[in-house]
Amino acid sequence: MFSRAYRAAITLPPLLWVAVFLLVPYALLLCYSFWSVSPAQTIIHAWTFDNYRELFRVNVYLQTLFRSMWIAARVMIFSLLLGYPLAYYLSFYAGARKDLFYQLVIIPLWVSYLVRAYAWKTILGSDGVLNTLLQYVHLTKHPLEFLLYSPFAVVLTLTHIYTPFAVLPIYAALEHIPRNLVEASHDLGGSPLQTFWRVIFPLSIPGVLAGATFAFVLSLGDFLASLLLGGPSGIMISNIVVSLFGAAYNWPLGAAISLCMLLLVVSLLFLSEKLEKKWSFR
Amino acid sequence: MATTTEPVVVRSAKSGAEPLLVIRNVAKSFGKNPVLRDISLQIAEGEFLTILGESGSGKTTLLRIIAGFESANSGEILMEGERLDLLPPYRRRVNTVFQHYALFPHLTVEENVGYGLRVAHAPKDDTATRVSEALAMVKMTAFASSKPGKISGGQQQRIALARALVNRPRLLLLDEPLSALDANLRRQMQVELKSLQREVGISFVFVTHDQEEAMVMSDRIALLRMGELEQVASPREIYSHPTTAYTAQFIGHTNLLRGEIKSGIAQCHSLSWRIGLPAGPALFSLRPENIRIVTSATGSSDINVVTFSGKIQHQAFHGATELLQIVCDDGLVLSVRTATRENRQGDLHLEFSPADAVPVRESPERG
Repeated sequence: MFSRAYRAAITLPPLLWVAVFLLVPYALLLCYSFWSVSPAQTIIHAWTFDNYRELFRVNVYLQTLFRSMWIAARVMIFSLLLGYPLAYYLSFYAGARKDLFYQLVIIPLWVSYLVRAYAWKTILGSDGVLNTLLQYVHLTKHPLEFLLYSPFAVVLTLTHIYTPFAVLPIYAALEHIPRNLVEASHDLGGSPLQTFWRVIFPLSIPGVLAGATFAFVLSLGDFLASLLLGGPSGIMISNIVVSLFGAAYNWPLGAAISLCMLLLVVSLLFLSEKLEKKWSFR
Repeated sequence: MATTTEPVVVRSAKSGAEPLLVIRNVAKSFGKNPVLRDISLQIAEGEFLTILGESGSGKTTLLRIIAGFESANSGEILMEGERLDLLPPYRRRVNTVFQHYALFPHLTVEENVGYGLRVAHAPKDDTATRVSEALAMVKMTAFASSKPGKISGGQQQRIALARALVNRPRLLLLDEPLSALDANLRRQMQVELKSLQREVGISFVFVTHDQEEAMVMSDRIALLRMGELEQVASPREIYSHPTTAYTAQFIGHTNLLRGEIKSGIAQCHSLSWRIGLPAGPALFSLRPENIRIVTSATGSSDINVVTFSGKIQHQAFHGATELLQIVCDDGLVLSVRTATRENRQGDLHLEFSPADAVPVRESPERG
């Protein structure tokens, strides 16, 4: 048996860490969301529901939240559409090149987010690579303006950034499918297409759910892509939170929005975990 | 050279009928590693054929080639006269019971059994009827809506069997299906499987490394050794007339006697008997149960028995029988199986019939 002192000594650091860096900040956030700001820009420490009322009264907050969700949903769909075939190829057909391709999926994750966002800026801008090319081959006469500073640019960039997050769990799920199940399906007369839809895809659903959750949740909270490439029509909810905590100096409203987002994300994670359990058989 | 060779025994349920499956000169290697060399084998309608061999003998590869999961490097496979090996696995009227059953974990027992019919777009009513018949056949009706993860290994085994048989294949392949079961259940399943096979009349190709299992169940055994067929014959034939030393040792227990034939007399150590084979070195297989203990040395001049004497070196009790290690007077050590009897001591007088000393070929080294 370990002594009480020893047990205390090894459990205390993680407990402290969680308390100081997680519980206390969340508690503060919660408190702030029920406080308010005076006209003189000081925090009034009196309880009020005003921030939450404001959130549902002023259209721009909910509209931006819905736009963010719509952007996140598109990123999720495109990440899955791109990521699933890639993961499927990796797992079933890459053979000896599996490790190489796997590394190629991982490597972009090592490149700074900012670099990748700026790269898209260079590609999509009015003097950018894409517009120059389109005009060079005379497909367009003028630069296409919708390419940059638009929700399109945000969705494109976020899809590029978060597709690996969708690929990895799908790949892991596919790798876990015993290959003799595929053989069994063929043996019983299932064509490759039937085998995919009746055996491989259902068994990969937990990975798809995990990948979808990653892509959606990470995109929903993103503010850099929209800041750099979004323009006025591509503003996301996190940009509002950033400005509320910054220039606008309205921490209480910022806290209220943050908590609503947190609640949304936690319920999504909970839901996706429930669904993943329902679809896993081991 | 005109010598009498062993008659080739080909048993067929419908005698004179075309064989169901013909495997012709099939060879397969993985990289530079040859796994199967020049395999030719026929399987008759309704036959229970066992492919027996040690691990690494290529038996599973041969099965996978028939199923279509591997392709042979050369040779061909014909089913009812038509090329089978050119078809993808999902077009072959062959079904497999996999070693670890390979049941679909996301489907219920019923859905697993109905899988083959569903992908073939069989009518719904027909599918339902056949699935419930198949479940009844393996006595698993009560588990129709369970998931495979919730039933025992023996039960999964039955479902795998039902799932394959419900498609009424021309040929059923079984890849060591009993190896994951414990000994008692295994013996029970051997009997069930054999009677099921007789009932449905489908040809079975059964792969195992267990020679006892092969003996109990098969119409014929194809013994595979390092990628080549060592002998193909009925269990009785292969046991009583092994053609090679390897077969004699792999199937059952035997004494291998090395000797020489000179002018019609076989000579092994001090033992000798008449034999109708040409002169030269020879190898004989003598089963332990074919050596008898006799009460006294008859000193007989009967040419139909070989007599000798020896001492017990070791005695292993097996229940109804016991296995004795006998050291003969000339130093030769022989295994003898007899009915169990207590207090066996001193010099023993033994005999065997020359007919039981089966001449076998040396099994060549391969690699």
